Amino acid sequence: MYAWITKYASPRYAYNLACRLTPWFAWSAALLFIAGLYGGLVYAPPDYQQGDGFRIIYVHVPAAWMSLFTYMVMAGAGAAGLIWKTKVSDAVARNCAPLGAAFTFLALCTGSLWGKPMWGTYWVWDARLTSELILLFLYLGYMALQSAIEEKRTAARAGAVLALVGVVNIPIIHYSVIWWNTLHQGPTITLTGAPTMATSMLIPLLIMTLAYMCYFGAVLLVRVRVDILAQERNSTWVREVVAEAGG
Amino acid sequence: MKGTAAPVAFLALLRRDLVLGLRYLADLSNPLLLFLIVITLFPLSLGPDKNLLQSLAPAIIWVAAVLASSLSLDAVFRSDYEDGSLEQILLSPSPALVLVGAKILAHWLLSGAPLILFALLAGVFLYLPKAAILPLVLTLLLGTPVLSLVGAVAGALTVGLRGSALLQTLIILPLYIPLLIFATAAINHAVQGQAIAGELYFLGALLVLALTLAPLAVASSLRIRVG
Amino acid sequence: MGNITAFLAMGGYARFVWPAYGLTLLVLTANVMLPLWRERALRRRLRRRHNQERA
Repeated sequence: MYAWITKYASPRYAYNLACRLTPWFAWSAALLFIAGLYGGLVYAPPDYQQGDGFRIIYVHVPAAWMSLFTYMVMAGAGAAGLIWKTKVSDAVARNCAPLGAAFTFLALCTGSLWGKPMWGTYWVWDARLTSELILLFLYLGYMALQSAIEEKRTAARAGAVLALVGVVNIPIIHYSVIWWNTLHQGPTITLTGAPTMATSMLIPLLIMTLAYMCYFGAVLLVRVRVDILAQERNSTWVREVVAEAGG
Repeated sequence: MKGTAAPVAFLALLRRDLVLGLRYLADLSNPLLLFLIVITLFPLSLGPDKNLLQSLAPAIIWVAAVLASSLSLDAVFRSDYEDGSLEQILLSPSPALVLVGAKILAHWLLSGAPLILFALLAGVFLYLPKAAILPLVLTLLLGTPVLSLVGAVAGALTVGLRGSALLQTLIILPLYIPLLIFATAAINHAVQGQAIAGELYFLGALLVLALTLAPLAVASSLRIRVG
Repeated sequence: MGNITAFLAMGGYARFVWPAYGLTLLVLTANVMLPLWRERALRRRLRRRHNQERA
């Protein structure tokens, strides 16, 4: 098992794999985005209550979902790094953070833009937005810790512990915030609107979510392969790769 | 041999930390002083209206407690890190979990426990209603150990780093939020006359979770940063 | 023509919908461009260094 892991998790193999997989993710993302945007902006009918304003959902919900998903990947990669001591999983974990923070930031901003026409204010302390804000703090704390520790391997392992502590806390935080929200009788309609959505509205949402996931895969692979190149800069295989034609 | 050494080592480390903590009184009193100052900022900025302060008292006290506690975390591991005793502790034959537990308990005894008394004093400043006193004490009894336990994780991860005090606080405050939500809700509900068993059970659950997982995380973090 | 204006107007919510999509486009594009630029700069730097070492 260990031999298998060291072979497939070797930086060189991971680099080649990343290079090969990236186009697949990238093209899938592009096509899915086009389909999703058409579906969300044109195909889906205006909402009964929110009119065309509800279309923000197609950039808000996928961003929120990805912000959580990225954290899970970050924690998982961190755990892998702790258990198997692989450098590649460290690279995956540390590159997830800025991406996850970006998704969280988008979820917050689009949520704010959605809230203004619906409830009149640019911010609403509803359960989802509040959870997203706390998640942003968790990401920023993780990134602050990583940048404060100079030695890369130590930073990755410390980050992994923090991410795992975060993973345990996220369900607790989420549940607490929901409970807190019901306590204080916030707006009774949550940001996701009606519990059931018409299929014509739901399908573009699923497509957009898939688009975001493929996008995440592509970008993460690019970031990780750059990270590997930088870390392994002195090895012979990197010299060969860099010497090849190409900018 | 290892089994019999553990309780002895635990008590020895606990006593050492308590003695050191009491010797360097500033480490002990500064967070409590901060707590009081933060408390006084609120009437100064809100005005002395009794009803307003009374309604906000549980929240203000708990927020001040959380802030003061997170700033006292720096002291848990820093001095040991600086003089090399942290490495000695990790190298000792006693299980790391036991020794980590001793340090966290010492921290709680020196910061969390006195905080409960100071919180009652703060209650006087903020016109805390009588019905809130027992809930306040109960939530602090259940909550301050959690502050110490989870805080120790942040302390261990950032020990010796530049700007560690602030970094610790940034890392730890989001993790304190569920505790804050349920503690303040418990006190407010008690004032309104509702039963608060549910909230207290949740706080108890948080404490149990912290007792089980935090020492493990702290030991791992110390090994990563110091080992 | 009327169709496109109606589309852009987004039923009166244009002030909110288009900035939301615009910001999303901006952030997602930036996240693609940054690592690609970094890769190009890194490769250039490494190639230069390797050439110097060989010389």
